Amino acid sequence: MDPANGIECEVKDIAMRGGKIVEEVSSSAKVIDASEMLVMPGGVDIHSHIAGSKTNAARMLRPEDHVTDFERKTALTRSGVGHSIPSTFTTGYRYARMGYTTVIEPATPPLMARHTHEELNDTPVIDKACFPLFGNNWHVMEYLAKGDVEGCAAYVAWMLRSTKGYAIKIVNPGGVEAWHWGGNIRGLDWEVPHFDITPREIIRGLCRVNKMLKLPHAIHVHPNNLGKPGNYSNTIKTMDCVRDIAEDGRAAIHIAHCQFTSFKGEDWSTLRSGAEEIADYVNKNRHVTIDMGQIIFTATTTMTADGPFEYILHQLQGRKWYNADVEAETGAGIVPVVYKRKNFVNATQWAIGLELALLVRDPWRIFMTTDHPNGGPFTAYPRVISWLMSKRAREGAMKRMNQNAIKKANLPSLNREYSFAEIATVTRAATARALGLKDKGHLGEGADADVAIYRVNPKEVDPSNDYRAVRKAMRRAAYVIKEGEMVVKDGEIAKVIEGKTFWVNASVPGDMEVKLQKELLKKFQDYYTIQAENYVIAEDYLARSAPIEQGVAKQ
Amino acid sequence: MGEESVIRNVVCPFCGCCCDDIELTVSKNSIISAKNACALSQAKFGSAREERVLRPKERVNGKFSETDYERAVRRSAKILAEAKYPLLWGWSCTSCEAQRVGVELAEEVGGVLDNTTSTCHGPGLLAVHDVGESTCTLGEVRHRADLIIYWGCNPVHAHPRHMRRYTVQSEGRFRKGREERKMIVVDVRNTEAAKMADEFIQIEPNGDYEALTAIRTCLKGEELEQEVIAGLPSTRFEKLADELIDCEFGVMFFGLGLTMSKGKSRNVDAALSLVRDLNSKTKFLAMPMRGHFNVTGANEVFAWQTGYPFAIDFSQGYPRYNPGDTSGVDIASRGDCDAALVVASDPISNFPLEAAKGLASVPIITIDPHETPTTNASDVVLPSAMVGIEAGGTAYRMDGVPLTLRKIIEPPEGVLQDTEILSAILREVKNLNGGR
Repeated sequence: MDPANGIECEVKDIAMRGGKIVEEVSSSAKVIDASEMLVMPGGVDIHSHIAGSKTNAARMLRPEDHVTDFERKTALTRSGVGHSIPSTFTTGYRYARMGYTTVIEPATPPLMARHTHEELNDTPVIDKACFPLFGNNWHVMEYLAKGDVEGCAAYVAWMLRSTKGYAIKIVNPGGVEAWHWGGNIRGLDWEVPHFDITPREIIRGLCRVNKMLKLPHAIHVHPNNLGKPGNYSNTIKTMDCVRDIAEDGRAAIHIAHCQFTSFKGEDWSTLRSGAEEIADYVNKNRHVTIDMGQIIFTATTTMTADGPFEYILHQLQGRKWYNADVEAETGAGIVPVVYKRKNFVNATQWAIGLELALLVRDPWRIFMTTDHPNGGPFTAYPRVISWLMSKRAREGAMKRMNQNAIKKANLPSLNREYSFAEIATVTRAATARALGLKDKGHLGEGADADVAIYRVNPKEVDPSNDYRAVRKAMRRAAYVIKEGEMVVKDGEIAKVIEGKTFWVNASVPGDMEVKLQKELLKKFQDYYTIQAENYVIAEDYLARSAPIEQGVAKQ
Repeated sequence: MGEESVIRNVVCPFCGCCCDDIELTVSKNSIISAKNACALSQAKFGSAREERVLRPKERVNGKFSETDYERAVRRSAKILAEAKYPLLWGWSCTSCEAQRVGVELAEEVGGVLDNTTSTCHGPGLLAVHDVGESTCTLGEVRHRADLIIYWGCNPVHAHPRHMRRYTVQSEGRFRKGREERKMIVVDVRNTEAAKMADEFIQIEPNGDYEALTAIRTCLKGEELEQEVIAGLPSTRFEKLADELIDCEFGVMFFGLGLTMSKGKSRNVDAALSLVRDLNSKTKFLAMPMRGHFNVTGANEVFAWQTGYPFAIDFSQGYPRYNPGDTSGVDIASRGDCDAALVVASDPISNFPLEAAKGLASVPIITIDPHETPTTNASDVVLPSAMVGIEAGGTAYRMDGVPLTLRKIIEPPEGVLQDTEILSAILREVKNLNGGR
């Protein structure tokens, strides 16, 4: 199944050598017989909170999360714990067992990026990258308030190089800075206290910067008002606010975990799905991509840079609350959560995620995620796949849910069922393309030899009826190959290798760089409690550094 | 005549402040002077060569005799591999890179991995498990705080540059200096910090829980029924509650006055709950005054690799966590461990007597730069380079900000780094275990 190369359900040979997919190999090559099995590129997860300061704070906050879900040390693997906030070794192994070979950590506070990389270094097998947060950054807000997009671009380039980051992440733009005074931002045109700027200007400015630097991925946005009934209209406005500066043929903005920002209604009792409106906009506007943020009915952990949202969630539910504001940059909040089938709000949320996936017609612009662990642990992906592929599976699930919510949802009337090719698209081909990872997400010549082989025969199995077989097969892959090495066999780790960390070596022309350094040095000491020299992360800090060269076209 | 060089932006490896603006003048592999360094920092940098263990040594027939790393490593590995329940203790004064090897070693020998959190801010972490924490990085305090409380801690002694760099005497974007901030100290004695405060509240020893609860009571709009609370008139706490609500941005720093007085984790629970409650009225945060320069790092490394921040038992082949049961002090007090590896720590000095006795009764392997009562009680001593001076690595500041420590000078001739020593022991243990 290689939708990026137009291959859907064809029997083919795949040759690998030197960690890459090649045209052919000699007859002495090792042969894996994947007859009657489903073969896809290795999974590419575009948004999963697996490493860094808030992930670790969550581990420390919630020992109860891992008490019953642990993995023993084996001759090949390290011990660890799992459930919603797995330890790093366990994270790598569990992704690999499911056939995922690339995972993005989507929200990194730049001041603590070193921590993220330490954890990523300790996350085995998979390739990874991280997105530094920019939406509440003092330098960014000041540059953009002045209208100095060039200066901002030079700064963002420096930040990506210094923090070894991959893309521009924006979370509740302006809202987290407001939260540092205990407030929040509720609309695109609200003023950020003490900064002469609005969320609209932050998003547009960073979108321009993204274009200027020719970064491989669009700006990755968690809009204002996440989790608030009625927020769907703000999400549409957010998507729309960069429409006029979008380039043809490229996404200009990615909306993360869209379920959480697709709420219609005035309050919790009148909560409805806004998925139809969101999907309608996405269908009509090619400059947008979104990912699902599907919830799973389980106990899990919410964690986000959206500090004020987590405080509200804590006040709503009364569960313990962790908050960590980061100077001059961003913040974080963590609250444990339990999603219940019989709960009206949770059942509605469940429906929203799936409605988004079923109503957005182009599988190249909607991606499957649970915003791990916010919607649920990534180990639940096979379950989400079964819901996408089978109306029967959805109906079976809906029977056990709050019927009031289900009655009011669109989902029961949606008959669409994803094909294997579409699943391959939303879990690997499309995400790799959206990320600009040219050698990932496909099985053509030159691609990284990352292959997932599942024990289910797509020519014989009807996923609509036999969704359980699909779910089972995708939980534990038959074989997983990473860079040409067999890392998983029969659902168990067969070999542990170290994955690469991708980052963008963004650059700007010399004169812009000189100007930046002058301005930066002056301000750095005023803004931060560490020295600029100590902020920068050296390349050899990454266990396996994989830089991608990108930047402003030289004049 | 000596060639001098100046190294700037050095991270100090002493306390949890991890000041990274130290300027060292170095000549002929010796640190001559340290600029921007507090008294503790000066002492550490200046005395780097004093009381060092220079050669590995092992106890033979009750007496120490000099040996080499190879023999010392082999003997250490044998002790650990053969032990049924070894304790691997310390870790707070070495690098994250060394801590990572430590985790693997503890897992390999099926022992208990614990760091000095157990004797220090452990109760605070237990409180966080229960109620969470509202905190921030130190720059947030510098920029915004108009009210700073030091409760049960004395930064003048333990974190000398804390106030100037990060809090009361610092200059931030929104607070220009001391005059725009209020400092409150709550303590059982009139310390140097108390003398600097705008307000000093002297509560009676072991009165912290009541004091904190009294403030929370006022916050919720309830009346205090007692006339005297924690040795003070209850009106004192009514007034304090009002002050806390009135501020724009308050921060409470706390120390062993809370974690190690009567109530322990419940004291911190009360403090963190108060801070959380205050967020319904204003912006308020809390931060523990972590003592060692990398105890935070030990928590971080342990947590991301095992899921738990300290007191991790690997005896069943996977990480188990139950402080009180799996914590080093308790294990040593009960005499449950049958061997110990001590890294960059001096538990014989710092443990309660029962625990120190328990530790001293089993074979101890110590990896440390200096002669200490623990090295004197050990069976094997492996000298190591001082992290942050003779060896580089990562450390985490008290607020979780990661920084890179540097190698400024060479260690004494032949002395290895913690990472090298631990890796050698791990290799040898794996050999002995035969790849189980």
